[in-house]
Amino acid sequence: MIDVKNLKKSFGSHLVLNGIDQHIHPGEKVVVIGPSGSGKSTFLRCLNLLETPTSGSITFEGQEITAPKADIDAIRRQMGMVFQHFNLFPNMTIRRNITLAPVRTRLMSQAEADDTATALLKRVNLEEKADAYPAQLSGGQKQRIAIVRALAMKPKLMLFDEPTSALDPEMVGEVLAVMKELAEEGMTMVVVTHEMGFAREVGTRVLFMDEGRILEENEPRAFFASPKQPRTIDFLSKVL
Amino acid sequence: MDLAYYYELWRGMMLSKDPMLEGWQVFFVRFYQAFLENDRWLQYLKGAGTTLYVTAMALCIGVALGVLVAVIRTAHDQQRPGNRNFVLGVINLVCKVYVTIIRGTPMMVQILIMGMVIFSSSRNYTLVGALTLGINSGAYVAEIIRGGLMSLDPGQMEAGRSLGLNYFDTMRFIVVPQAFKAILPSLGNEFIVLLKDTSMISVIGGQELIKAARDVINRTYDAMFPLLGSAFVYLVLVLIFSYLQGILERRLRQSDRR
Ligand SMILES: Nc1ncnc2c1ncn2[C@@H]1O[C@H](COP(=O)(O)OP(=O)(O)O)[C@@H](O)[C@H]1O
Ligand SMILES: [Mg+2]
Repeated sequence: MIDVKNLKKSFGSHLVLNGIDQHIHPGEKVVVIGPSGSGKSTFLRCLNLLETPTSGSITFEGQEITAPKADIDAIRRQMGMVFQHFNLFPNMTIRRNITLAPVRTRLMSQAEADDTATALLKRVNLEEKADAYPAQLSGGQKQRIAIVRALAMKPKLMLFDEPTSALDPEMVGEVLAVMKELAEEGMTMVVVTHEMGFAREVGTRVLFMDEGRILEENEPRAFFASPKQPRTIDFLSKVL
Repeated sequence: MDLAYYYELWRGMMLSKDPMLEGWQVFFVRFYQAFLENDRWLQYLKGAGTTLYVTAMALCIGVALGVLVAVIRTAHDQQRPGNRNFVLGVINLVCKVYVTIIRGTPMMVQILIMGMVIFSSSRNYTLVGALTLGINSGAYVAEIIRGGLMSLDPGQMEAGRSLGLNYFDTMRFIVVPQAFKAILPSLGNEFIVLLKDTSMISVIGGQELIKAARDVINRTYDAMFPLLGSAFVYLVLVLIFSYLQGILERRLRQSDRR
């Protein structure tokens, strides 16, 4: 589904991604872990071109998205992204947050989008918030809306960048529950997180990043039971 | 009550330096001369109308120019590195020069140059004045808008783009409305400055409020009431506008309620 070849990214002279090769298959739930500053967010953001790779190539469903003439907007419509700080649009109601993109990109009519929004809101038990503004919601509610907003575009792939890191502990569960449900429905997901429980339970593959490289990867049970690299062992000993 | 009768009576006493004439009666005569004689208040009214008209026109030009320049400059700064557009670079440079020149020279000089050099053959002084004010205001509005756009959390743009919205739609529905709310106070301030600065176009013959006052002064040789009167009109206009701005700001704050 996504093919990443020798991806490098530097900010000025600072090399942040130092040659990443990855293949992500449909239906996979890839969990990315690693110390802060190791380049996890940058990797994720390169996948939907919020960051422009310095070199290397990324192919999505056979289409090279790093090509200069690739239609970025069309590609991004097929990938949803959920941010650490939700990034809901504070100037709009929740309903409009959800329906804006599908309607403007002509994916749906306003009526269809409204129906989709209602259905999605029901799914995360927030249908009574449709006409509220983001400022009226709790962090956990905001993040559930952010997930639903991305889903309204019917993406083939969802990217999550530390979706629970900005939440109060009691709200982490409700967001993870939504993500877990999404995973069970077969969504392809790439998730940067510090929630090792989620990685173990939902992930089909765990990547450990350090200093701009993927140092180690494995299916979760083996990854957590017998990490190979000393850096991985060191990191896991700190977070587990 | 016939004011004109008393005006004639007391003015006669004033001219003959009649010692019986009291202070308030002198004031009345001067007031009457300034506003009522020959229906002069109509001149002020017309002048105030022109002031508002010039302000509105300058505001339209200023906001149009300001938005254009701000969007060009922001779009230029937000280009993806390695994907820079040459034409955009040139237009951006033009915008930068424009803002620098306008902000670096006094408004009075700009008005004089426009009125006496560039459009020296034009008789339509008011229009030239409005154009000058608009061009001037555009530079300040551009900087206000650019500041507003830059102050916004970049995550908003990223969220819009990550949903597949194009740059223009993201600006239109997400960035600009939020930036507008943030800059409304500065924009209102700029509007008030503009309203008051219209008084300067009288130096090239613009027929606005101050010009009306000066015409009256030239007839009556009495400056106090015409000037106080126009000051009062400006003040009232500014107060009305501030009130409307307050209403708009409260309306926009609706989405902040918790
Ligand atoms: N826009 C940027 N400009 C400059 N440096 C950046 C930028 N974004 C990230 N970095 C740097 O890249 C490195 C990796 O960042 P990031 O991908 O956010 O790491 P992680 O998500 O793993 O914590 C950090 O050192 C960070 O300072
Ligand atoms: Mg990060």
